[in-house]
Amino acid sequence: MANTIKVRAKLAGDVTTVKALVSHPMETGLVKDKKTGQLIPAHFIQEVTCEHNGNNVLTALWGVAISKNPYLSFRFKGAKVGDKLTLRWVDNTGKSDAEETVID
Amino acid sequence: MRKLLSIVAALSIAATLPYTADASPDQDLKEMRAYFKKRFPKVPFQDYANGVYALDAESRAQWESIEDFPPYEMSVDNGKKLFNTPFKNGKTYASCFPNDGIGIVQNYPLFDKASGEVITVEHAINMCRESNGEKPLKYKKGDIADIAAYMAYTSRGKKLKVVVPNDPRALAIYERGKQHFFAKRGQLNLACADCHVSSAGMHVRADLLSPMLGHVTHFPVYRSAWGELGTLHRRYGGCNEQVRAKAYDAQGPEYTALEYYESYMSNGLVLNGPGSRK
Repeated sequence: MANTIKVRAKLAGDVTTVKALVSHPMETGLVKDKKTGQLIPAHFIQEVTCEHNGNNVLTALWGVAISKNPYLSFRFKGAKVGDKLTLRWVDNTGKSDAEETVID
Repeated sequence: MRKLLSIVAALSIAATLPYTADASPDQDLKEMRAYFKKRFPKVPFQDYANGVYALDAESRAQWESIEDFPPYEMSVDNGKKLFNTPFKNGKTYASCFPNDGIGIVQNYPLFDKASGEVITVEHAINMCRESNGEKPLKYKKGDIADIAAYMAYTSRGKKLKVVVPNDPRALAIYERGKQHFFAKRGQLNLACADCHVSSAGMHVRADLLSPMLGHVTHFPVYRSAWGELGTLHRRYGGCNEQVRAKAYDAQGPEYTALEYYESYMSNGLVLNGPGSRK
């Protein structure tokens, strides 16, 4: 799977801010293809998780309301500079991708 | 809406538009700069390349946080891939441009002495394709925008330096662009200048009007309204439709002339394409 996640994490004080941009069509399944007139099948991320030092710090359950190429940002406490973070997504077709980054 | 129109109309009459018929391009440029200097005394010259974000602190803060993960990044990556993919005959885009097509956007649009035409980046891309036996790309979005975005990205940091030589053909195209900019059009009877000179920095419904100075530096642009990248001529068409005028063809003589005029007027500004806008 081609890399679809760009993620950065920054520590300020005791709060880490994680920002990520995910490349994904996020098709709702309600849009018709202009050329064929057929419905484009639903293809969207259902779950996003973020792990830090083996702990899950975020679980996001997404649906069709999230737009194409979603941007995600969240904050959590309890990390240090140099710690590793892994962001992962799974979509409704079963595909997934993950990306690791280091907190700075 | 009527109130807005009457305000715009009043301003058009009240404000002295920096328009002198038959002035030289250099004179036009000086007048336009002086107008904006007077209008926005606190805005540094180079900041005009950021459009409305040079004028409004709140939207600037939002824009800067979007630039953290620029929405055009994926298009630039795709553009780089397309730029480096050889045509069927084995050649690449690099063979059509000076310096292999890297860091050259500041010279466009350029006046070609041989043909007497003004060539824009997008037109040059298609000329390259056709001379290498490939079909031309559509001009408003898609691959052409991605390739232009990559070329714009490699030209970041360069100062725009469009040349209008002392050639009657070039001056005619420049004049045509200038006329288009100041002529009223559409059901709403508005000229580009009405919004982007007289009313620059003011609101039209929920949007801020950008000053014409710096208009072209950040194209192609990822416009949130489009949800994708688009070219300058796509925006020209959209803008004309917004005043309820029929849009001209992308890369047709009208918009090419307009781009020539607008780009000359933004000479000296540092290129910052591709950009992201609301």
